[in-house]
Amino acid sequence: MQDLKEWRETLQQQSHRGDRPSLTVGMSTCGQAAGGAKVMAALEEEIARRGLQVDISQTSCIGMCYAEPIVEVALPGKPRVFYGDVTPERVPTLVEKHVLQGEPVREWALIQLSGEATPYEGIPVMPGSTYYGRQVRVVTSRLGLTNPESLEEYIATGGYEALEKVLGQMTPEQVIEEIKISGLRGRGGAGFPTGLKWSFTRQAPGDKKYVVCNADEGDPGAFMDRSVLEGDPFSVIEGMTIAAYAIGADEGYIYCRAEYPLAIKRLKMAIAAAGEKGLLGRDILGTGFNFDLHIKAGAGAFVCGEETALLASIEGRQGMPRVRPPFPAQQGLWGKPTNINNVETYANVPFIIKNGGQWFASMGTEKSKGTKVFCLTGKIKKTGLIEVPMGITLREIIFDIAGGIQDDKQFKAVQIGGPSGGCLPEDKLDLPVDYESLTAAGAIMGSGGMVVMDENTCMVDVARFFLNFTQAESCGKCTPCREGTKRMLEILTRICEGEGRMEDLDTLETLARVVKNTALCGLGQTCPNPILSTLQYFRHEYEAHIKDKRCPAHVCQALLVYTIDAGKCTGCGACARACPAGAISGEKKQPHRIDPALCIKCGSCMEKCKFGAISRL
Amino acid sequence: MDLGSNNDANIKAKALAEVLERYAGTEGALIPILQEAQEIYGYLPGEVMREIARKLKIPFSQVYGVATFYTQFHLKPRGRNIIRVCQGTACHVRGGARLLEAISAALGIGKNETTADGRFTLETVACLGSCGLAPVMMINEETYGRLAPEKIPAILEKY
Repeated sequence: MQDLKEWRETLQQQSHRGDRPSLTVGMSTCGQAAGGAKVMAALEEEIARRGLQVDISQTSCIGMCYAEPIVEVALPGKPRVFYGDVTPERVPTLVEKHVLQGEPVREWALIQLSGEATPYEGIPVMPGSTYYGRQVRVVTSRLGLTNPESLEEYIATGGYEALEKVLGQMTPEQVIEEIKISGLRGRGGAGFPTGLKWSFTRQAPGDKKYVVCNADEGDPGAFMDRSVLEGDPFSVIEGMTIAAYAIGADEGYIYCRAEYPLAIKRLKMAIAAAGEKGLLGRDILGTGFNFDLHIKAGAGAFVCGEETALLASIEGRQGMPRVRPPFPAQQGLWGKPTNINNVETYANVPFIIKNGGQWFASMGTEKSKGTKVFCLTGKIKKTGLIEVPMGITLREIIFDIAGGIQDDKQFKAVQIGGPSGGCLPEDKLDLPVDYESLTAAGAIMGSGGMVVMDENTCMVDVARFFLNFTQAESCGKCTPCREGTKRMLEILTRICEGEGRMEDLDTLETLARVVKNTALCGLGQTCPNPILSTLQYFRHEYEAHIKDKRCPAHVCQALLVYTIDAGKCTGCGACARACPAGAISGEKKQPHRIDPALCIKCGSCMEKCKFGAISRL
Repeated sequence: MDLGSNNDANIKAKALAEVLERYAGTEGALIPILQEAQEIYGYLPGEVMREIARKLKIPFSQVYGVATFYTQFHLKPRGRNIIRVCQGTACHVRGGARLLEAISAALGIGKNETTADGRFTLETVACLGSCGLAPVMMINEETYGRLAPEKIPAILEKY
């Protein structure tokens, strides 16, 4: 253990590197999708061409997805400057101006992190910027700032201090007590108190116990766990190791969805690196404590995010949930007591142990402590990954941090909690973000996806979208979910196609309540939430579809009517050529018209018309 | 069958035997075995699933049940390049459905179909977790973000 301390001190001294400029490219999945690899190649080429002594490395997601690809430039003794929307074409200027002349390119710079250096003028400083000012970064504190594949950097930034403390000075009971004091609740959605869960597994009789990390982040619109796994895999591993010590387990599994190849790759590297240095495996830090960690790649089934289904999948069976009790804390993996938490929950653990439960509990609200990571997506200006203290309002998140709605359109709803969550309207925007308030409003905290919708989003279509998803993902074991999702989807589809009847709304509501109350697992119990919340807050949109045969947001194709304004039409014929159904006719240079019986409502004509003569109602 | 494909079949059979050997006696190995078998064959032929059942000494129905439960497993051959269009929430509100239509029209195939020349298979995925860049799609291991229907032909060209 002494060795680890000394190693950390050496690493910290080395990390005041300083004599060479460094270039760092954000290379998480989003960074790569936005073209990070091309930028990296261009940087390497430019540096080689000029024969410069510069370090080039990669990092993970700093959270500003809207500005990817992001490149950090740091000169010795100077602030770290982050550039957004970097293209290979911008690379030569960036190198010439910033690296060689020492002058940052201000118009491309997003923020700077100055540390002890004097900040550059004219570039926002990270903690005070509008995007980061309201954020408190704990779990995401290393994201985008360190190399996730480097155990050395993890240790130099305080990594494994918590494990050292736990194994050196604390009993398992004390560890659990500290987690209880922190008030940490499960970040996977349901919000069960983590300390309590750990104590159940600790107290369960049995000499073989397991810890499992649920990294089957299947909610569409959520990528917190992927970002943490890609950006700070060691924190999750350290958190699991501490949990294993606390509950008395010597073996663990990370169940990660196969759609996250980069997260799996980084986890594998991290597990191997920790094992090599005696931080995993046999006799950890010479204390006699053993912990082996394995990765299981999921095989594409949303229901496996449910804990009993997840365990069945690790055991190699079909991922179907079972009745609880017995809870996994009593009978989990292969019938043994098992503690299951999600990625973000485990990632919080080292920080809580290091800084104390009281520190964590000082953030947030009375019942929801600490911070929460959210993914901001949809029709907002700044999409990204943020971490905020619990209790912040939705308005602060959407308008202050994310900068409001794209193209300054009208806000309509924010969808929180994915297929299990709900859509909240404008008058709920001042709601504090905590487990109880969101549930009372008809949404749920969920894992942290926040999809913002504007005036061009149809709420009936959104409800149908989610039911389409849950119906396809229902495992079919229990009747309410298997049959209920199908019937609810049929009704929603009918309404979207203009075939709805007013009594459908009552049937839909009754069905939704029955499924919610009687389904076997979380998937079925929460899948009616998107319907119930939209019925509650956006009933007028359902009624417009049924009574007026009209989709107010112009989304539901079957309800659209395309017409040509004879006054504006020049008879150029572009629309008729674009129409795949041959529904448009007219003489050359004479106003054309659309035959409603033939029109398939694809909108191709409207896109082609240069005179704005075609309108959609 | 010519000598080339015979050889090919032998190499694959050998690789499968090696996988089965490596997992011998490991608990809960069925899913990783199926994943590796699919990597070898590109899909899960019936004969391969039968072989796995024999080696693991479990009923074929169990192997078949698991293979058909998870969306990752494919029982039919697929194209050389796999396009996976994200249909997640963020992509949905930013035009994911129109993207799928555009690709479908460009290739002349529907969802879960393969082009006649075996060049592309078109699939959808619930969420790729790159919602910040919606709408997105993946071709093989490469992720493409901030897409629009008009960007599709140039991307498909590359494969």
